[in-house]
Parts: sequence; structure tokens; C-alpha cells
Amino acid sequence: MRRTLQLAAVGTAAGGFSGLFGVGGGIVIVPLLVLWLGYEQREATGTSLAAIAVIAAVTAGLHALYGNVDFAKGVLIGVPAVFGAVIGTWLQQIVPVRWVTLIFAALLVAVAVGLVV
Amino acid sequence: MANELAVVAVGLLAGVVAGMLGVGGGVLFAPALVLFLGQSQLHAEATALVAIVPTALAGAWSQHRYGNLQLREGVLLGALGVGGGLAGVAIANEVPEHALRVTFAFFLLVVAFQLVRRELRPEESRRRGELA
Repeated sequence: MRRTLQLAAVGTAAGGFSGLFGVGGGIVIVPLLVLWLGYEQREATGTSLAAIAVIAAVTAGLHALYGNVDFAKGVLIGVPAVFGAVIGTWLQQIVPVRWVTLIFAALLVAVAVGLVV
Repeated sequence: MANELAVVAVGLLAGVVAGMLGVGGGVLFAPALVLFLGQSQLHAEATALVAIVPTALAGAWSQHRYGNLQLREGVLLGALGVGGGLAGVAIANEVPEHALRVTFAFFLLVVAFQLVRRELRPEESRRRGELA
């Protein structure tokens, strides 16, 4: 029961971020699974992806009810991303991820600045 | 046409990042749709979610093959997040466009900080959560 409540709390937080920012919520889910529910990092990553698929399907459906979704554009960016995800998961098993993380973080800062200015 | 190709390239890159890091790839979708295809922040976020579903499914399937997926808890976690999702979508639709964009940009900075912190923490605590 306690574990279900913990999962509900993590899911609610992730769902909120997902609906508000158009993301999966993995940035919330993965650390909480590791620190709070005793997951090992890779297991947290894999499990969060399943949770994200469910959450994003729900929030995408809700946004569609508001008329916010452009399905064709979603396909345009989503189909290449599917291929990328498979390549990335394969790379994760053989390549150290540290430099990818740091470059990606720098890219996010640049994108944040680009959106606001 | 060049803008569509840029979006395809961002999609591929975001997928690789999502697969490698397990988190964060999806945050690139909405900015790409705003910056290259001229969508509003709200519509870009909503459209990004459509792209996240198959990407996460593909990632989960790949992780499953490596034995890294607790399917029952993952699906339960997602299903229990519906209330949060309702609230998030409702708020996103109420907030003015510019405020949503600025908040999203701030969220990107938090994600960047979180990723860097995860990489740079001391070796002892890293071992528990080693990614690669």
C-alpha cells in the first residue's frame, strides 16, 4: 500500500510536469525511483520509459481535446526520434555517457536562452 | 523544407539522447517545433507529447531486452499520474503564451542543472546509480 502511494505521488508529479511542459517527466521519475523506491539506475531508466509512454499518451489526449495538437508535426519529429531512441539505448550499453550528458546540458541552456530572447 | 529537415534532425538527436540518458530527450521536441516550425509554445508542447509516446515505447522496448524494465510498476506509475496530467494540461491552457515559454525555459535550466549534478557527484554515490 505504502509503495502504491509512493508510485502515485511520483506519477502525479510527473503527470503535472508532462501536461504543463510537454515532456515525459523522466527527469522527475528517474531520481525518485532511485532515491525513494530503491531502484538501480538502469532499471529506473527503463521503467520510467514505460511510465512516460502512459503519461504522455494521457496528456497528449487531453491537449488534443483542447485542440492544441498538430498530429502531422508530431509524426515528423516523433518517427526519427523512435529510430534515435533505439540507437541511443544501444550506445548506452557500450559508450560512457558522461560527455553526452554535459554537452546535452550545455545545449539545453542554449535552447533556454534562445526561447526567451 | 529546410526547417522540416531540421525538425527531423532534432527528432533523431533527441531520440538518441533519450535512449542514452533515459531522461531529457523529449524536452527538445517543443523548442524545435517553436523555433523551426513557428508553433506557439502551447501547441508545440502538446504536439511534442504525441512524439514522446512512440519514442518512450521504443526506448522501453529496448530497455526490456536488456532486462531493465519493471513493466507492472512502470504502467502503474503512469496510470496513477493521470490526475497530475489533468492539472498540468489545465494550467498550461490558462497561462499566457509568454509566461508559459519563460517557465519552460526555466524548466530547461533545471533539467540541465540536474543532469550535470548527476554526472559530477562523488564517485561513492555515483556507484549506486551508475549509468554506463
